[in-house]
Amino acid sequence: MSEEKKLFKVTIDNITVDVEPGTSILNAARMIGGEVAPPAMCYYSKLKNSGGKCRTCLVEVAAGSTADPRPMPKLVASCRTNVMDGMIVKNITSDRVLDARAGVTEFLLLNHPLDCPICDQAGECHLQDLSYEHGKEGTRFEYQKRTFKKHDLGEYIQLHMTRCILCYRCVFVADQLTEKRVHGVLDRGDHSEIATYIEKALHNDFIGNVIDVCPVGALTDRTFRFKNRVWFTKPVDAHRNCPKCSGEAQLWMRGDEVFRVTARKDEWGEVKDASDGRPGWICNDCRFEKKDIKDWIIEGPTKVNRHSVISQGHYVGVKPQKDLLPEVMGGRGPKLLLDIHKVSEVNRPEIELSKIDGPAHSDDFKNLNK
Amino acid sequence: MPTLTNRAKPVDRRPMTMMEKMYLPAIAKGMGITLKHFFTKKVTVQYPEEKRPFSPVFRGLHILNRDEEGRENCTACGLCAVACPAEAITMEAAERKEGEEHLYREEKYAAKYEINMLRCIFCGLCEEACPKDAIYLSETFAPSNYKRETFIYGKSDLLIPDPKKEPELYQQALGSRAKREGKKG
Repeated sequence: MSEEKKLFKVTIDNITVDVEPGTSILNAARMIGGEVAPPAMCYYSKLKNSGGKCRTCLVEVAAGSTADPRPMPKLVASCRTNVMDGMIVKNITSDRVLDARAGVTEFLLLNHPLDCPICDQAGECHLQDLSYEHGKEGTRFEYQKRTFKKHDLGEYIQLHMTRCILCYRCVFVADQLTEKRVHGVLDRGDHSEIATYIEKALHNDFIGNVIDVCPVGALTDRTFRFKNRVWFTKPVDAHRNCPKCSGEAQLWMRGDEVFRVTARKDEWGEVKDASDGRPGWICNDCRFEKKDIKDWIIEGPTKVNRHSVISQGHYVGVKPQKDLLPEVMGGRGPKLLLDIHKVSEVNRPEIELSKIDGPAHSDDFKNLNK
Repeated sequence: MPTLTNRAKPVDRRPMTMMEKMYLPAIAKGMGITLKHFFTKKVTVQYPEEKRPFSPVFRGLHILNRDEEGRENCTACGLCAVACPAEAITMEAAERKEGEEHLYREEKYAAKYEINMLRCIFCGLCEEACPKDAIYLSETFAPSNYKRETFIYGKSDLLIPDPKKEPELYQQALGSRAKREGKKG
């Protein structure tokens, strides 16, 4: 056995943890978990070199280390600052941090269109969460928001450049997961945008993962586009035998229809590792092509945080009462006064929204008699 | 036993007096009370001919709003359906195609929108939840019917008349609250 590594003692919001040298403050805070962990829009633990761009994870370092207990003069980005022994960090206990974070949120929202009612990411959007928890109510920006011409990113991925906050996560995915990156960030400052460099479509088996890493609704699944709201679908863990990826995914279902397939996420909204330890990225085949319940082996419903909007209407752990009516009626069933499916226009069995390739259009509803 | 209120009166069980036994004066007294009510203010309303004014916060049947150019406001964001405690609202969204810009305000719209008025409790939470000013509870009652089928309201029943094509019907649908809303917007 090699000699034991010396662990660093770091105190974050008055909670002390022992972490290995070389850990960032953000990851040390995530070990404590809960509200102590600073929010992160650009840092992604599974992607090398990510972080340092969005500034939402700013924290105050009240004491640098035991050897040099002077405080750091400015707030530091916790995803890019490593811990020192005896470091004292203030996150939510510091007013400076909360104020700076509200400012950063306001900056991120300057050019964000706030079209959440249309956006498919609403309900699982990190920027939405951030602005609810750390943002201010109003904005002081009174100019035109920047807009972009629409780029087409192939048949599977929809790019809404106006919603982008330039976190670079998708660029890192293309760089580190796929062999050849064909998209990147062009131009500078306010004009900078994610582009596929002369509208080259993204052909790669793992490029669909850019949808999962995108913290906002800039990159969304075209096969799920406008099909349903996230909180009306039910997340289910499922797996299949996939020669390309781990095959462990999360299905977003409604009834027996599979509306969307994503990778499984952990509590920080990042893609979870598969059960055999491989990274949990899923391939395009699993994500976009397997929209049939027969393709998958269902493991069970995903545990959703009770405070998430996705858990609304999912009555977990409720035991249905015994239906006494057939007993009372001597075996006869109750007389139905209205069969809703005969009258209702929605959820028609002849229209399988999940089987339509792109978003539904007016023609898809036309051949209805009502 | 302690009484719940201090208004309880003990029953008078004394034997009747001569006057009470005569019975006729009591009749006259009762008729007098009846006569008095002929001249008091009536609390009832002769309904179809006479209608009560609606309260400014009355919550009746829903309408789906249009903007001033007659385009539908609803983008099928699902917030009304998620806010609905009775789970009465369902919808299906679609993407606006080219050439449909005069029909729908935003790139996504509700292709199907349905309210089950049998489930609806007219609480108005959908109106509160709507970020697009698209759903309002109007000043109309749900009409009664013998059949349940007629209470499933689709988009054709809910949409407000087009202000460009049918301005009179539109104003009528806005109701007496139109002025107030005009001030707000």
